[in-house]
Amino acid sequence: MSDIVEVDARRLFCPLPVIRLQNCINKQIAGTRVRVVSTDPGSMNDIPTWCRINGHQVLESQERDREYIFLVQKGDDGSEG
Amino acid sequence: MTRKAVALISGGLDSLLAARLIQQQGIQVEGINFYTGFCVEGHTHAIRSRDRKRAKRNNALWVAEQLGIKLHIIDIVEEYKDVVINPKHGYGANLNPCLDCKIFMVRKAHEWIRDNGFDFIITGEVIGQRPKSQRKRCMPVIASESGADDLLLRPLCAKNLPATLPEREGWIERELLRDFSGRSRKPQMALATEFGFDDYAQPAGGCCFLTDHTYSVKLQDLWDNRGNREYELDDIMLLKVGRHIRPSKHFKLIIAREEGENNFLSGYKNQFQSIKTVSHPGPLALIEGEPLDDSQVELACAITARFSKGRDADSVELRFSNGGQDSRSVHVKPLTADQIKQDWIIA
Repeated sequence: MSDIVEVDARRLFCPLPVIRLQNCINKQIAGTRVRVVSTDPGSMNDIPTWCRINGHQVLESQERDREYIFLVQKGDDGSEG
Repeated sequence: MTRKAVALISGGLDSLLAARLIQQQGIQVEGINFYTGFCVEGHTHAIRSRDRKRAKRNNALWVAEQLGIKLHIIDIVEEYKDVVINPKHGYGANLNPCLDCKIFMVRKAHEWIRDNGFDFIITGEVIGQRPKSQRKRCMPVIASESGADDLLLRPLCAKNLPATLPEREGWIERELLRDFSGRSRKPQMALATEFGFDDYAQPAGGCCFLTDHTYSVKLQDLWDNRGNREYELDDIMLLKVGRHIRPSKHFKLIIAREEGENNFLSGYKNQFQSIKTVSHPGPLALIEGEPLDDSQVELACAITARFSKGRDADSVELRFSNGGQDSRSVHVKPLTADQIKQDWIIA
């Protein structure tokens, strides 16, 4: 399994955590896993929604100490997010 | 050959309907949404404690999911500054450069379709819907000054406008488009019902802080007291939070109104001078401006203490911090309500 690419989106508010994730994923190849950490509670909705509509998969999500952590795998439809 | 269109998705009803009308004609639609930094979208809800339990969603993402389309969210914070600072067509009722904003966004969308192999652009504009940017005479201005020209299609009012390239080429059947005009929302609501959408966001607009009077007053105050009209993202984020009180041309206080704002402002303690009430429950205040001298520190602390639980005490202890480097204890008698001058209160 390849390494995980990390995205730090702490202290950013909607939609910046999504933009940070999107801009990272757009540079990756299909199958790459990206972990994004956000402090915006809106991320709990926004990041899974963005992943669903753009064909990426949320492998894990958790809330820990007011941080929202998602492990996302880039989809394989060949287009950018 | 399947034609492709990009829809400007604000998260409101009009862009949702416009995109669905075009999808129904067999066009492949994807969405584009621009982040200016002034978007109302969720920030205050995310910051304020009392709002944290409310259902939160990004409306543009929600619209994209309803439509079953991809959404590309573009950060235009830096480029957008010129639109806010130097609007060629001027401001609306507040510091909202709506016409320049629309031209800018359509121009960016035009660049995007060229880069991504799309055929045309859709917006949810309706003639006469908005006093500034959606007057009939503005429609050709937006099309021409953006460079999109007849690649810009407004499905909700297309039948009131000259045919665009997608219509003339037969990619789109003009008769299936609409002829909405004016400020009434009834046609949109009826169409939403027809499409089965019943949970859409605010019926029209309200998605930009620059249309808000109080916010615009704070932004103008920032510009006036800096002597220039520049801003950074942190500046415009902080204008969304707290009480803003300027007792002097040299500095203003941003005083948290509740726990969520305290938490948000505490993230800036290393960048700003700050004051925190110690002897009583109370707010965190950031000081934006020049370094304070001793008398200014005392005044800033007395103002901050006014908004603490110790407002009626003879003495309140606060901690004044100098950008997270060093701090000292300050004891003051809180100002009374009368001593807070009305012209200090920005908003």
